Amino acid sequence: MTGGGQLEERIAQWREFVSRRDAIARDVDELESHLRDQIDGLQASGLAPDEAFLIAVKRMGRLDELSKEFAREHSERLWKQLVMPDAAPQASDPRSLWLALGLAVGAALAVRLAAVLLPGGATGALINASVLVLPFLAIHFLVRRRASAVTTVAVLVPFAITAVVLNAYPFAPDGMTQALSAMHAVVAMWLVVGIAYAGGDWRSGRARMDFIRFSGEWLVYYALIALGGAVITAITLGVFGSIGIDAQPFVGEWLLPCGAAGAVLIAAWLVEAKQSVVENIAPVLTKVFTPLFTLLLLALIGAWIVQGVTASSEGTIVVFGERDLLIIFDVTVIFALALLLYSLSARDPLQPPGWFDRLQIVLLASVLVVDVLVLVSMVGRIAEYGSSPNKLASLGLNVILLVNLVGATWLQARFVFGRERFAALESWQTAFLPVYLAWTAIVVAIFPVIFGYV
Amino acid sequence: MRIGKDLVAAVATPLVLGILAEGESYGYAILQRVSELSDGELEWSDGMLYPLLHRLERLGYVEASWGMSPTGRRRRHYRLSAGGHAAIADQRRQWEVVSDALKRVWDDRGSARVALAWAA
Repeated sequence: MTGGGQLEERIAQWREFVSRRDAIARDVDELESHLRDQIDGLQASGLAPDEAFLIAVKRMGRLDELSKEFAREHSERLWKQLVMPDAAPQASDPRSLWLALGLAVGAALAVRLAAVLLPGGATGALINASVLVLPFLAIHFLVRRRASAVTTVAVLVPFAITAVVLNAYPFAPDGMTQALSAMHAVVAMWLVVGIAYAGGDWRSGRARMDFIRFSGEWLVYYALIALGGAVITAITLGVFGSIGIDAQPFVGEWLLPCGAAGAVLIAAWLVEAKQSVVENIAPVLTKVFTPLFTLLLLALIGAWIVQGVTASSEGTIVVFGERDLLIIFDVTVIFALALLLYSLSARDPLQPPGWFDRLQIVLLASVLVVDVLVLVSMVGRIAEYGSSPNKLASLGLNVILLVNLVGATWLQARFVFGRERFAALESWQTAFLPVYLAWTAIVVAIFPVIFGYV
Repeated sequence: MRIGKDLVAAVATPLVLGILAEGESYGYAILQRVSELSDGELEWSDGMLYPLLHRLERLGYVEASWGMSPTGRRRRHYRLSAGGHAAIADQRRQWEVVSDALKRVWDDRGSARVALAWAA
């Protein structure tokens, strides 16, 4: 074998070895190019090929340190704790499973106890869902990240305040503001969990993007667990029904609430432990649903135009007038934004813009149109029927989303035309997390006071 | 003399930006230039340059593209962007303050010691 052939073989072996590191794998071309430059340089100064190879590899640096450094810069490629031995205990650590299981049981018991002890019974537990379940998730991250005392307090105090607000406010029974408070508390507390997730480093855009990615993947796992849970529930009901035992009370009082609460923790553990499974699903999911959802939105706008024209010829515009319809459109806008966020978080920031980024402009532009339409008819409804907590909560959310969408569309277009860096898109979205937290906190704590707890 | 790890890490960014301000370059050549500028005193493992370059790219200080070496090998080239020029100016001001302060404190102490020696 010639010297050159042997060198090629060694470089190929080195390449294969380095590629096993997830953090480096995508940059192995660049590193190989460097290795070859270095070998050429050393050979030019008189070294034999194999000597040059050994020195070049040695100079490249220790693989552990190198992959740590790559991981620090490219956290989207893998979870930091999987590669950094000195950061949080590894997810594969059996203790992390026991921690998650213990907290899942805790969350399940908390929900069950609340349903028994709270004056509202099951409804009371549902209203308090955010402060019954999510603290366990927060504790999970506080323990895993070995959070400082300051972070621990900063995470647990909002939970305490929310618990007080939800239970001590003199809400009217089955009132609008109570439902609004309870719903917004879930979002607010989820964002507070994000502070624990970031280990207190909530100012970092990277940490926020990691949390967004975590949220998306958590949702995927939760949905999978829920599907399995539905099957088990159906089987339980059917099997016991066939032998004449009514399992309904057990399912309603234990299986469903405890399962739903515990699954929150288990899904979170799965996201971190089985990272590589979902890592491959995430880009596929966004690539499948973004085009479909864009089509849906375009069809919606088209239908609105057609129907709007026919309706106005008859003198009345019906679309967007109904309250139920408005809520559906709200959900549509939120879902589109979630889809966008999820695909941003799963994207390699250094990739040049491609077809998918162009498609996202279409998605964004059509959501923007839908949001403006919703907003216009909402203002119309408020002018016509007066305001209510529901309408104002919805209006505020839509205004925030509108600002977000206008900025996102503009940045996306600039990015596709090569005038903007991808990082600007990310920081625009991550900057909104505190805005969402502030708005939901206002709806949770201040709306009931303003509207007299109706 | 061995330059401390933290100092190497601190100086790497302004140095790499400065080298790219001289013109478009690529990984191996950048490291050669670092070695040349510091008479071989300033060194870090070759691989570490790349996460740094990627960070500069993400921050918008440099732009990168795949090109060809004269021998026909694929090679990633880096050049300074407008943002990078601004970053250099900023880094430069910071380092001037630091180096002035160090120079002053060491020179003053030197002359103070001389004065003491005279008094004794």
